[in-house]
Amino acid sequence: MASFIYKDLYINNFYSIAGKNENNGILKNVNKYINDFYYGEKTIEDSEIKMQKEVLNNLINTKTDLIVGGDLMNQITATSSSNVNNNISFLGVYNACATFVESMIIISNFINGKSIKEGISITSSHNLASEKQFRFPIEYGAQKPSYTTFTTTGSVGCVLSKNKSNIKIKGSTIGSIVDMGIKDANNMGAVMAPAAVKTLKEHLDYTKTSVNDYDIILTGDLGSYGTKLFKILLKEDYNINIKNHIDAGSIIYKKEQEKYSGGSGPVCLPLILFNNILQNKKYKKILAIATGSLHSPMLVNQKHSIPSIAHLISLEVTNDNNI
Amino acid sequence: MEKLKYQKLVNDTTPKPKKMKHSLIAFISGGLLGAICEILKLILVNVYDMKITDASSIIIFILVIVACFMTAFFDFDKWVIKFKAGLIVPITGFAHSIQSSALDYKKDGLITGLGANFFKLAGSVILYGIVSAFIFCLIKVVFYG
Repeated sequence: MASFIYKDLYINNFYSIAGKNENNGILKNVNKYINDFYYGEKTIEDSEIKMQKEVLNNLINTKTDLIVGGDLMNQITATSSSNVNNNISFLGVYNACATFVESMIIISNFINGKSIKEGISITSSHNLASEKQFRFPIEYGAQKPSYTTFTTTGSVGCVLSKNKSNIKIKGSTIGSIVDMGIKDANNMGAVMAPAAVKTLKEHLDYTKTSVNDYDIILTGDLGSYGTKLFKILLKEDYNINIKNHIDAGSIIYKKEQEKYSGGSGPVCLPLILFNNILQNKKYKKILAIATGSLHSPMLVNQKHSIPSIAHLISLEVTNDNNI
Repeated sequence: MEKLKYQKLVNDTTPKPKKMKHSLIAFISGGLLGAICEILKLILVNVYDMKITDASSIIIFILVIVACFMTAFFDFDKWVIKFKAGLIVPITGFAHSIQSSALDYKKDGLITGLGANFFKLAGSVILYGIVSAFIFCLIKVVFYG
């Protein structure tokens, strides 16, 4: 287990782009919405790269030392392509839907260790690109069970440094890989719930806090069925009754949008975190747990069970003026 | 929680698909499609004086063309989700699967993209169709002459 506590580390800036379906959901103050999946490009892959480039253009400044990021495309090519020739050191990471928090933790530790001064964490996902990658061809319209999730379209990035702002990063926990023998790639909530519970418990133990010490515990993309399992596991294994929990995937779409059991993808958690939770003055102490289902279509076809991971980052909003 | 206990919990809490409802929808939608084709066939046979075998081939031809056209220009995938297997089991599903793969990979090049992935979903239908046809023919020739 690796948990960290940071003394003075802040989120200075963030920028987010979201897709058409997310526009109709509950997000507020997203910097930009794209109205079609192609975003003026010839392929869906190009549109994801364009989204990331736009986010980076809005965040990169002369002080940026390092960019860490990843996405869902094969060999994280969207992130690699969007960073071409920008003359900034780059680390590509992949932890499926936990990629964004993973990259935030990496940058936080670099800054905390005084190796760098400022870093950018970036991620993106595209519904059609990941459908093509992980599931059936886009136009095929395969029948899906109600407990599956819908990959969110968008791109989010944030700048981390020691320069003071009102969003403080208090600590983090790097999760470990958990495999409970679930083989259904549609049921990612069930795959990821045990990992989320484990990481949450490890962080609470390390910081000697309880769930009630936080205003909100935000999980990434468990979906409505995964949320149910998350609560059952917490209750049965650790006797924790959790009331201040919200799952970003379950709330990102409205019910009438009929997106199965909710949204998923690495941008799901940061979109809700930056454009909903941090805009709400009610929430001061926030635990964000990003969960990732680490499957590949090949190993799922070979009947392997699906491993999962969860990373946690703890935030505190220090005054009333949200950025 | 232990692995097996958790797997049981997941099995118990995950909602089961409504198989009865889906089959009923598929039965009705597939039946309707079949009825339309039957009417078309009767028109071809009675009005245009075609042989029944020729008329059947032409109907299949029409279904394939219409399904491909609908996949390319309209929301055939959404109709499939609504009308279930009734739109997939007829030859329309076969055409639709080929067309959707072709649309996905057309930008990856004619050989490495479109050509290589054209039968991504339909490949198994063709392969096992041929294999089972061979086996049944063999049985027919050996036992019934």
